[in-house]
Amino acid sequence: MQPLSAEQTMTTRWNRKDLLGLRELSAGEINLVLETADAFKQVGTREIKKVPALRGKTLVNFFVEPSTRTRTSFELAALRLSADIINISAEASSLTKGETLKDTARNLEALHADILVIRHSSAGAPQFLAERVSSSVINAGDGAHEHPTQGLLDVYTIRERRGRIEGLNVAIVGDILFSRVARSNIFALTKLGARVTLVGPSTLVPREFEKFGVTVSHDLESVLPQADVVNLLRIQHERQRNEYFPGLGEYIRLFGLTRERAKLLKPDCLIMHPGPINRGVEIDSELADGAQSVILDQVTNGLAVRMAVLYLCGGIAA
Amino acid sequence: MTDSRTHPESSILLMDAAALGRALRRIAHEVIERNPELRQVVLAGIPSRGNEIARRIAGIISGIEKIDLPLGVIDVAMHRDDVGRRAELPVVQPSSLPLPLEDRTVIIVDDVLFTGRTVRAALDAITSFGRPAKIQLAVLIDRGHRELPIRADYVGKNVPTAPDERVRLRLGEAEEGVWLVRQS
Repeated sequence: MQPLSAEQTMTTRWNRKDLLGLRELSAGEINLVLETADAFKQVGTREIKKVPALRGKTLVNFFVEPSTRTRTSFELAALRLSADIINISAEASSLTKGETLKDTARNLEALHADILVIRHSSAGAPQFLAERVSSSVINAGDGAHEHPTQGLLDVYTIRERRGRIEGLNVAIVGDILFSRVARSNIFALTKLGARVTLVGPSTLVPREFEKFGVTVSHDLESVLPQADVVNLLRIQHERQRNEYFPGLGEYIRLFGLTRERAKLLKPDCLIMHPGPINRGVEIDSELADGAQSVILDQVTNGLAVRMAVLYLCGGIAA
Repeated sequence: MTDSRTHPESSILLMDAAALGRALRRIAHEVIERNPELRQVVLAGIPSRGNEIARRIAGIISGIEKIDLPLGVIDVAMHRDDVGRRAELPVVQPSSLPLPLEDRTVIIVDDVLFTGRTVRAALDAITSFGRPAKIQLAVLIDRGHRELPIRADYVGKNVPTAPDERVRLRLGEAEEGVWLVRQS
């Protein structure tokens, strides 16, 4: 055989109709998604930013929990792949009329939806559906379980900026306990060989997370100087229960990335945030807009990664 | 890798390394002859063999005309018309073409022309980058069995084949050449 280029060394095959989480993916499968996303990212730079890969397929965006950025990102990804899209939100669905999740899913399937993108407040809802419908099911965030496309776009962004994942020190800061973003990041990063440190108050970052092969710390300032990447999770005011949360002022004082604290960072350390940002809480406003911030790259890359996931799951012969 | 090193009984040599080199030199000369404005030409390979063939043709043209033609890569996987019909999903990779395409002649370069569906996908991919002045097609082997109204402008060798036969091409290794392989 002729010498193979990097792309062709991908010996991993994609055999999944669903993407439910990153915990069950192999490193090879994660890399396949990232390399596929490279190709789709290029499409965004063309004069005509649309390819016919999923022409004739129907995608249902089924968001039982509100989300604008993830839903829009999936929507644009599907449009760029020439799929047809229906958006269904919790208020518009019959769930409010007492229909069960399973019946809703069966109705969507009866419309010949090929791909079901679901966001749900209950962990496991996407898996429940995937076991009951023949459509591809993509998890767009389920409870505190996983948000696989966010995890993938985060590792994609790190890989794009640093050229690799292996051996990097990644600090994930904030509300880890209730964060599906943290969990998906932990699975993807550890599989690809990064060293992950979780940082936050002990109520939100329990030691039990060490079973995932990560380090737990409650002292941000001791972690920052070694970090190659700092991923700041959003403090979810709307979901916080008081017994876990120290109060906003105290949180900022201990775990906010302030200008002063950012001086501890290596000059090439990347600052990430899944959005939406609470300026002045997780991060000082000027750092969010600064040279180390890759927050908007994450948004751009999210589109490419979601195109890759829709192509891989939706393109498989039924 | 022993399998691919020992040719099965049913393989027939179509072109040895020397014949392959001659075919590429002839294509290079034809490209020069048919394109008086050679500087406008882009050689766009279809991965992965097309890229290597395009690189070689560009090398020969550079030797003759002292002009280095730009090389492009056209990913056709995401433009195929059979996604969801095949057991195996084609691997996609980034395309790259020098922009803008407006006054350029893009020559699609591929190893084997068969049904024509890959070329159709390549035409679709190229037009999403812009509107080239001309698009031409160069292939090393034309094996017939077209399913679409497509023909090549430059052909290394025409080979009559049966639909179930395969054309095996080896490039960039010790023993280069083209074989016709009968499935057994």
